[in-house]
Amino acid sequence: MFRELIPSLRACAVTFLACAGIYPAAVWGLAALFFPVEASGSLLIRKDRSVVGSALVAQKFESDRYFCPRPSACDYKADAASGSNLGPHNPDLRKAVAERAEKLKATPERPAPVDLVTASGSGLDPEITVEAAEFQAFRVASARGIVVERVRELIRKMTDHSGAVLGAPARVNVLQLNLALDGEVLSPR
Amino acid sequence: MDWSFFHPFWAIGVPMALSIPLGRLMARLLDPPAERVGRGVDAVPMFLVRLFGHREPAAMDWRRYAIALLAFNASLFVLSFAILWAQNLLPLNPDGKGPLTALGYKDAAGVQHDGADTAVIFNTVCSFVTNTNLQHYSGEQHLSYFSQLGGILWLQFVTPACGLAVMLAVIRGLRGDKHLGDFYLDTARGVVLVLIPLSTVLALALVANGVPMTFDGAVKARTLEGAEQTIAVGPVAAEVAIKQLGTNGGGFFGPNSAHPLENPTPWSNILEVIAIILVPMASIVMFGRMIRDRAHAAVVYGVMTALLVAGASIAIWSELHPSPAAEGLPVATGTNMEGKEVRTGAVAAATWSAITTATSNGSVNAMHDSFQPIGGLVPMSLMMLNVDFSGIGAGFLNMLMYVITAVFLAGLMVGRTPEYLGKKIEAKEVKLAMLAILIHPLLICGGTALFAGTAWGPATVANPGPHGFSEILYEFTSASANNGSGFEGLADNNPYWNVATGVVLLLGRFPALVLPVAIAGFLSHKKRVPPSTGTLRTDDLTFGAMLLGTVLLVGALSFMPAVVLGPIADHLSTAATNP
Repeated sequence: MFRELIPSLRACAVTFLACAGIYPAAVWGLAALFFPVEASGSLLIRKDRSVVGSALVAQKFESDRYFCPRPSACDYKADAASGSNLGPHNPDLRKAVAERAEKLKATPERPAPVDLVTASGSGLDPEITVEAAEFQAFRVASARGIVVERVRELIRKMTDHSGAVLGAPARVNVLQLNLALDGEVLSPR
Repeated sequence: MDWSFFHPFWAIGVPMALSIPLGRLMARLLDPPAERVGRGVDAVPMFLVRLFGHREPAAMDWRRYAIALLAFNASLFVLSFAILWAQNLLPLNPDGKGPLTALGYKDAAGVQHDGADTAVIFNTVCSFVTNTNLQHYSGEQHLSYFSQLGGILWLQFVTPACGLAVMLAVIRGLRGDKHLGDFYLDTARGVVLVLIPLSTVLALALVANGVPMTFDGAVKARTLEGAEQTIAVGPVAAEVAIKQLGTNGGGFFGPNSAHPLENPTPWSNILEVIAIILVPMASIVMFGRMIRDRAHAAVVYGVMTALLVAGASIAIWSELHPSPAAEGLPVATGTNMEGKEVRTGAVAAATWSAITTATSNGSVNAMHDSFQPIGGLVPMSLMMLNVDFSGIGAGFLNMLMYVITAVFLAGLMVGRTPEYLGKKIEAKEVKLAMLAILIHPLLICGGTALFAGTAWGPATVANPGPHGFSEILYEFTSASANNGSGFEGLADNNPYWNVATGVVLLLGRFPALVLPVAIAGFLSHKKRVPPSTGTLRTDDLTFGAMLLGTVLLVGALSFMPAVVLGPIADHLSTAATNP
């Protein structure tokens, strides 16, 4: 055992340098060179250089003037993300779903889309399904005093179909949709 | 058109197609013939091994190989413990993360205790040294960038390479080589020739999809509604790449690949899920090339694939059912979306859950705790079997123990001394193989019984009824299978859970590596018996069925009672909670 101790310690030192030093440095350098925007977190930045958020991270929207994202078990804390981890038969989950459906004014004739009443896995899901956006269109349009058709048009324009061939649903990025509503189209930079 | 049903074909078919060329390449790179050692790309690992102090590749017998493995892992343990323990004193800590010992913990009654607790470091080190990546901390909240790189990333490279090295040694023994090779050279080859090149490519593809790779601290944002949001970023892409490729599974962020910054798009999702199973699949192809018996390797590969397809199908079927929580409420009919992300959806989440637990990866793209009971049973069962491609190297070794058992059982049936690859299997080998197989259920059932029977378990579960029992069972299963996924509702960051699962992690890993090396050592010295008409073939469908039957029978006998108390009871209890 002791005969192997010296080579194993040296092996630790060498592999540490290769795996925790050279490799991440190389990835970091190449990423900064080819994908600088993505590498820093796909941040949406205002004209005054302040950060609105990340295009990939949900943020909290409470006003009727904005589309709301999926419920979050971590209250949209992007430095302490988590899901609810409630099991399907947990009475707390049923209570939460019922409360969310009520808050969305869902009725049996106009049921709430599933993704708007269930918490996402990360608590930071940036997207909602097209159905969930359509569901909110009338509320947003009335709060803003604009015709609902304009909001629907915007949803259509912002719908992301990428990855459909892999089975991903058509979906809308909530933060970017809300920015577009405000007439402030920012792309990550 | 809804393409979601094609997802599993991409997720399983693409890595299957890629595994064949990669497996051949791995056989060439990792087990070069004597005249090519140190030539061409092999010069790089040879150079590293010279830095370790070996002038020439050593010719290790099984004892020396096992001792080198244990010595290297002991050194990894001590050094990574030191790095995590001292993280507040080390550089690359832009967000000023405090010492891990000051995290405190929740006791069995749920009361928060502040102050010194090194058990979480013990657990983390056990978890990463064993290629498991069970995480009782939360990455973005508790670890500095230095810890992420030095404590986590480093072990995510070297521990799968250790598994691969042991696999190479065992194959050489089965092949009847004079010696089993040089542990350090095998490990260096795995890291430098396989894992680093694949990870670099994957990491860059992930950055292109939006996974961050930066050493800047967390970003302060002022949201559209004027609130403050702190967005944790970091050197994520480098870690996620090897987390997937090295059957590791330990993510940069708490929610793992469900987090949009670890897995931002459907394309990153498919890349990551392919990366989970690519190397484990390729290593079985490599096995076939090395023993020059591709038909036998194809049978093993086929049995593993059959188990995986069955698991994925059941999980998908289960998760497509609407959640019972929404029954009778004004909610549109849909899939079970609690704990899942829109960009992946139910089918991709269920497929991932089967692939990540068939292999001993353990990364998740949805919260398994919120799966339907049968959906949660699938990952649990695949970890209980622990032979379905499983960990790099380790999975092959687990399956080898079942192969030896199956050969032995078949031998008993026809009344002949069992043979495997031309070597007689005798009492000593069968005893060791049975020991290796039985440790796993013993750790799972023993640990679960202890925690379910005392206050340690029930006080930490997040869900009532049988689902709470499932959380305890899942945690021990994941630890013993060296998987690392969890029913994450469990409040597992306390000294009891940290110490218990830490010990289970070590016992689930090292006997499963050392016992096969011993068996291979014994077999390598035996004379090769020429095949006769009475030899049991190990390269046809009959043997495949025999192997599958052995795996399922041992699995069912060991785990059925525990599974009935957890997920099955949970499944049947629907009526009780939904009046």
